[in-house]
Amino acid sequence: MMQFTCPHCGPRDQAEFIYERTVDAVVSLDAAPEDAMKTLFTRNNPRGVDEEIWRHTYGCRAWMVIARNRVTNEISATRAVGPEALP
Amino acid sequence: MSQYSAFGLLRGALNGQKHWQPAWRDPEPKSHYDIIIIGGGGHGLATAYYLAKVHGLKNIAVLEKGWIGGGNTGRNTTIVRSNYRLKPLHDLFEFGLKMWEHLSDELNYNVMFSPRGAMFLGHSDADMTKLAERGDAMRCDGIDADLMTRDEVQKLEPLLDMSRSARFPIEGGLIQRRGGTARHDAVAWGYARGADSLGVDIIQKCEVTGFVRDGDAVVGVETTRGRINAGRVGICVAGHSGHVAGLAGLKLPVESQTLQAMVTEGVKPMINSVIMSQSLHCYISQSDKGGIVFGGDPDNWPSYAQRGNPMVMERAVAQGLALVPALSRLRMVRTWSGVTDMSFDGAPIIGETPVKNLFLNGGWCYGGFKATPASGWTYAHTLATGKPHALNAPFALDRFERGATIDETGSGPMPNSR
Repeated sequence: MMQFTCPHCGPRDQAEFIYERTVDAVVSLDAAPEDAMKTLFTRNNPRGVDEEIWRHTYGCRAWMVIARNRVTNEISATRAVGPEALP
Repeated sequence: MSQYSAFGLLRGALNGQKHWQPAWRDPEPKSHYDIIIIGGGGHGLATAYYLAKVHGLKNIAVLEKGWIGGGNTGRNTTIVRSNYRLKPLHDLFEFGLKMWEHLSDELNYNVMFSPRGAMFLGHSDADMTKLAERGDAMRCDGIDADLMTRDEVQKLEPLLDMSRSARFPIEGGLIQRRGGTARHDAVAWGYARGADSLGVDIIQKCEVTGFVRDGDAVVGVETTRGRINAGRVGICVAGHSGHVAGLAGLKLPVESQTLQAMVTEGVKPMINSVIMSQSLHCYISQSDKGGIVFGGDPDNWPSYAQRGNPMVMERAVAQGLALVPALSRLRMVRTWSGVTDMSFDGAPIIGETPVKNLFLNGGWCYGGFKATPASGWTYAHTLATGKPHALNAPFALDRFERGATIDETGSGPMPNSR
């Protein structure tokens, strides 16, 4: 099983986290219908690294972005998102 | 190709079985094919077979990066059924199920199709209402479905925990008696042997690394064994559709996830049908060798790793043991996982792409194996004529932008229901 490092709670089992979608799949509220459709329904789905949004659902419930290699499961970066991550 | 027969086997017994020949050739790739199919799994090989057999095309190649049947064809739980809720799925999978019933004869190869019954369990009143609704939908389309009482379920599967204190109490079930299992490898091998004998070149260890473009059309593929020109190219690599389509600049409504299965040591017959619980997401059947085959949920996050996650295995087995406590003494001998294309409405994609001469067959989610003959049949029609067959027309790639999704579970625009 993988271990993620939550920006708030430190290293935790992956079982505590739920995957949401990739960073580029978040539909902006003012997107044109065609763009919204593409963002909503399609994914790069690379055989390599993608930036994924995960939530520490069974922990602090915070959202975070994790850059993970989808073949090796190697995690290259984790960052918090949301108001608390603002400078 | 020599026909396989009981007489041939008997004759072989007298001469030391020296008559066996390789079931398919190992040809070098030619410089041009009319149709190239990327992916030598069951679907790709079936497509090639029907292209040659039904459409009379001769110059066809199947390119496989590893060995045939080594991907999801060899990594599923071998369940065959057509017990869906929506009409387009009924039409496609029932067409497939009818082909399964004659497939061994068609291919002169024993695919060991065993229509032992595919049974969904109902664990509550709400479950039974949903099962009745599904059964009604099936029967309206002429597909067999029988709602079962608690007693009927118990009679079919005496080892289920039917006690009122069971972890997952059983109220009844819904059975499709014509459903069952088949031997997965035999499906790939049977289609490969059939296609090869009709002149299809099956080229293994040949990975596609890029597409050759002429303007907006695909005119060939770059492979690890050189460039091969093609009239039409069909992608048939479910699990890796996103990657291969990405080589042509396409972004698909697909996310790849890991789906695991596992099998125990062989025991005497104890599970008579295919036991499935959709409320739990647990699949239990017994292979012809005697092993109990378990399947469960996918990992629910994207992965191309082709290896499992103990947490998900534990959940599937825990559910299985709660349903059939007698399984608790068995030892697990093998676990494996496949990379599945999770499409954004849970239904497959078979048809044209925005790129000229490039076609796509993918997005099979959990349910590709059972569709192998129907997928091959409809994809062959699509590749031969350039237009979809009536059965796969609803499964076009552009259905998402048209708002015409085939959303069996009603879960909305996410890969896999959650």
